[in-house]
Amino acid sequence: MSKLEKAALGEVATDAAPPDADAFLSVRDLRIHFDTDDGLVKSVDGVSFDVRRGKTLGIVGESGSGKSVTSLGVMGLHRSANAKVTGEVWLDGQELIAADPDDVRRLRGRKMAMIFQDPLSSMHPYYTVGAQIVEAYRVHHDVSKKVARTRAIEMLDRVGIPEPNQRVDSYPHEFSGGMRQRAMIAMALVNNPELLIADEPTTALDVTVQAQILDLIRDLQKEFGSAVIMITHDLGVVAEIADDLLVMYAGRPVERGPAESVFAEPRHPYTWGLLGSMPRLDREDTDRLIPIQGSPPSLINVPEGCPFNPRCPYADIPKDNVTRTVRPELTEVGSRHWAACHMTQEQRERIWTEEIAPKL
Amino acid sequence: MSDEKEVSLPAQSDGATLTKGTGAGEPLLKVTGLQKHFPIRKGLLQRQTGAVRAVDGLDFEVRKGETLGVVGESGCGKSTMGRLITRLLEPTGGKVEFEGQDITHLGVGGMRPLRRDVQMIFQDPYSSLNPRHTIGTIVSAPFKLQGVEPEGGVKKEVQRLLSVVGLNPEHYNRYPHEFSGGQRQRIGIARALALNPKLVVADEPVSALDVSIQAQVVNLLDDLQSELGLTYVIIAHDLSVVRHVSDRIAVMYLGKIVELADRDSLYKAPMHPYTKALMSAVPIPDPKRKAAKSERILLRGDVPSPISPPSGCRFHTRCWKATEICKTTEPPLLELKPGQQVACHHPENFEDQAPQDTVLLSVAKEAATLVADEVLAESAATSAAVAAEVGESADPGARGTARPAPTDPQPTDEPTEPEDDRQESTDK
Amino acid sequence: MAAYIIRRVFGALVLLLVVSAVTFGIFFLVPRLGGQTATQLATQYVGKDANPESIAAIKKNLGFDQPIYIQYWDYLKGLFVGADYKFGPDATHCSAPCFGYSFKSHIEVWPQLTQRIPVSFSLAVGAAVIWVIFGVTIGVISALRKGKPVDRISMFIALAGVSLPIFFTGQILSGLFVYQWPVWDSTDYVPFTQNPADWAWHLLLPWISLAFLFSALYARLTRAGMLETMGEDYIRTARAKGLKESVVVSKHGLRAALTPIVTIFGMDFGTLVGTAVLTETVFSLQGIGAYSIQAIRDNDLPIVMGVTLVAAFFIVFCNLIVDLVYAAIDPRVRYS
Repeated sequence: MSKLEKAALGEVATDAAPPDADAFLSVRDLRIHFDTDDGLVKSVDGVSFDVRRGKTLGIVGESGSGKSVTSLGVMGLHRSANAKVTGEVWLDGQELIAADPDDVRRLRGRKMAMIFQDPLSSMHPYYTVGAQIVEAYRVHHDVSKKVARTRAIEMLDRVGIPEPNQRVDSYPHEFSGGMRQRAMIAMALVNNPELLIADEPTTALDVTVQAQILDLIRDLQKEFGSAVIMITHDLGVVAEIADDLLVMYAGRPVERGPAESVFAEPRHPYTWGLLGSMPRLDREDTDRLIPIQGSPPSLINVPEGCPFNPRCPYADIPKDNVTRTVRPELTEVGSRHWAACHMTQEQRERIWTEEIAPKL
Repeated sequence: MSDEKEVSLPAQSDGATLTKGTGAGEPLLKVTGLQKHFPIRKGLLQRQTGAVRAVDGLDFEVRKGETLGVVGESGCGKSTMGRLITRLLEPTGGKVEFEGQDITHLGVGGMRPLRRDVQMIFQDPYSSLNPRHTIGTIVSAPFKLQGVEPEGGVKKEVQRLLSVVGLNPEHYNRYPHEFSGGQRQRIGIARALALNPKLVVADEPVSALDVSIQAQVVNLLDDLQSELGLTYVIIAHDLSVVRHVSDRIAVMYLGKIVELADRDSLYKAPMHPYTKALMSAVPIPDPKRKAAKSERILLRGDVPSPISPPSGCRFHTRCWKATEICKTTEPPLLELKPGQQVACHHPENFEDQAPQDTVLLSVAKEAATLVADEVLAESAATSAAVAAEVGESADPGARGTARPAPTDPQPTDEPTEPEDDRQESTDK
Repeated sequence: MAAYIIRRVFGALVLLLVVSAVTFGIFFLVPRLGGQTATQLATQYVGKDANPESIAAIKKNLGFDQPIYIQYWDYLKGLFVGADYKFGPDATHCSAPCFGYSFKSHIEVWPQLTQRIPVSFSLAVGAAVIWVIFGVTIGVISALRKGKPVDRISMFIALAGVSLPIFFTGQILSGLFVYQWPVWDSTDYVPFTQNPADWAWHLLLPWISLAFLFSALYARLTRAGMLETMGEDYIRTARAKGLKESVVVSKHGLRAALTPIVTIFGMDFGTLVGTAVLTETVFSLQGIGAYSIQAIRDNDLPIVMGVTLVAAFFIVFCNLIVDLVYAAIDPRVRYS
């Protein structure tokens, strides 16, 4: 019996969420640990999620939450000598963690593609934008350079780059930030991938350009029906684009569910903290923001029990038979909505409706 | 400069009663026609062939005790502006007055006494602290540079400052790398506060920090202002943060202020189309509004190059309301409503300033395709309503200090740009 | 691009002029400021059988009694159009480029230099080819196997290579393969035009001993550059495209990692042409390095000047080439 089947029967203790049978990508209990001189860095420690075709999963977290490492783990790009990867990544029915690295390589760029945060440093400064797209196409398609170039121009045109015939021969540094990210997207989509992972694709961009890029990603997803993972620290961005949400903290999932219920009825104090920390344009201005005290933990010495407990304002609320050192598991708090917190459902519901929501 | 006999402890400062919102104080800083052009040299002999007009004619004041927020996208000149008013850069033109004193061209020596009164906080808490110096040394540096001996000794004062910004005073002897990003930004703030400044210019003070830490620092800045009676100029690209911290807000585009208004007026009823587009682009953390995304105004292309900015109104190449006058005549920054200055011929939420000019430019027609019909309809409706209201009242004074659009079109010295709003700016 | 090239070439010419002025100043002005008289200088030219008349004549004919800038002007003129020298009753014409005559042997300097430059150049070229091939290969392998035995061993050898002086490796090599087990019967220089095979064969030992030092240096540089480049975001992008690791390394990693190495190579190569003194001495090669040592010992200023200028020329020229190559490799340079 595979772990996936076990998980289906609820036998994998680390994550109560059963896999989605229709998922295009299904990640089960993914752990990525790095052995360093200072100790074992548990960058990702037991993450599971599913993404269907045509749907978008938003992964939200602060720096060091493990959101980017998770995506690199899916792509098989973490492969450094001292990384230990366990768990399962099922892409369209094929398991990738145990697979031959060369098989995974053949999937990269074709079945799953990725766009990165900083399009300037993510494109090779010595090659023209066109050459880089041509290369991406020819890895997976046995065509002449000329055919690939036509394809590159077509893609540049599709992502809204003016005069693609000329711009194809420009170097990345000759593009503006927004144009570079468009070119990056063209490069990622040149092979019609079925899974697109976008790692903070708009963080380095201005807000009006961000709006253009999010719009573009949404359009392209509609057109190609691909599954999308959007990794970001910006709750606004995920609210805009994500169907499902995964909130990560210190390498672990703390809350997961449909975007609407996570925003409307968040059930984890960290999610509350994130919502309280950000000033919002759509509400009357509050006098004070409600920050989360302290700073994120080191991934070498993750606090025992719930990793959020040293910063959690509710950590001292008595909980039935649970001590602080017990790690909370994700438990179902609503339809397809899970959170990992020791407080009872009632306690959390009360705190959210009475204490948190009114102040946002 | 007043020669203070001793540094008063910030807590005793007389400005302590000033709080946010009461900011109708007299101007602390006055800027007129401020310009900064960075020369571009090219060719064999490296002759100057042009200039990056980073800041190109700014007029504003900062009043005592208030927070002036400055927003705009990269390349709009907001950071250059910050460096000009703190005189880290020398202006190419215009005037900067601090407490009535002209500081535009003061040399290093002349600025020295002013360095106590004007302080800056930088974006990057990682690179703006010297990694080889202890926190104590970093925060006490201003005392040494200014030759000031605070009451009770430097060390005691530094420890007090550390506790003011929420750091443990016992960490005096630690090095920057031992602190997290948020804590480092607090160190930067402590350093800026050391000499009890009057004006603090913060350039993207929280944009390098995580969301949860951002809120801590924003709250800290808030508390310090009410305790110490500080005046802030906060430069940021994040409109939500700027709204939260500011009393008044200046919106910049391509080296110019396009709108300068009270916080509430600006966010409730922005008058410049650019402000409106900018605000509509901010993603809202509420998935229910996904359906309502039609409010969004998408701007086409990129900000044009500040080397050869468009003629007339600089936003005309991307504006969905642009007409011929926008191309030929630069709109002046006028106070159309009390507390709301705007530089636009066809403002939103207000009566049209150039109603005779109705034919849209072809670029504007294209730009309008990216604006939802609802938005266009709504904006037309509000403008009509305002016009009707104005028409009813016979007294032209009801329009506040508003003046009609200048009758004589001021010809600009700019050559007319080709109608190509897609010109790319080559990165500097 | 054209403006860039012209500017660089122009800059190189100005630099050479400055170098010539500074060297001239050091060799002719500084001694004079230190108290050396024109008479003493002239005495050196005349040599053993000096008598007041001949010294006075030399002093006048060679212009030693002139102000220093006139002398420098004459020197420059000699370089470009040649000059007439009068040592005795007859004037000899020294055609351009005229570096003057040796104090000691009264032989014209330039023909001596032209004889020796090919030797030094051959030495540098061969060694460079070897060290670039070995250094870069070892550096790349080390970087890709960071921390593995291959990396540790090659970096240990590299450290040894950097630390061992050239005369040590040179002496050991020639001691072993020329005297102990005579694989080489001779390491005398044979001109390339005469017999290319012998040319290479005879130079192989000097090449190896020079290249050992430089390979070690370049292996360390390449390793560091490669490690840095392989951590860049665009390498991650290349992998995300599904490129084979070999393509990622060669096409994306190496090209960027080698850019700084090109710069250093240009400087090293240029410098080496005039300064491979140790290697030339150990293997008794008649190169310009060895020539300059003899000249310095004899205080033979015209030769020292000549060697310095030729060496400076190679350095400046190689740097010019580097600038141009750089612009060809890195498109960002062309625009800034």
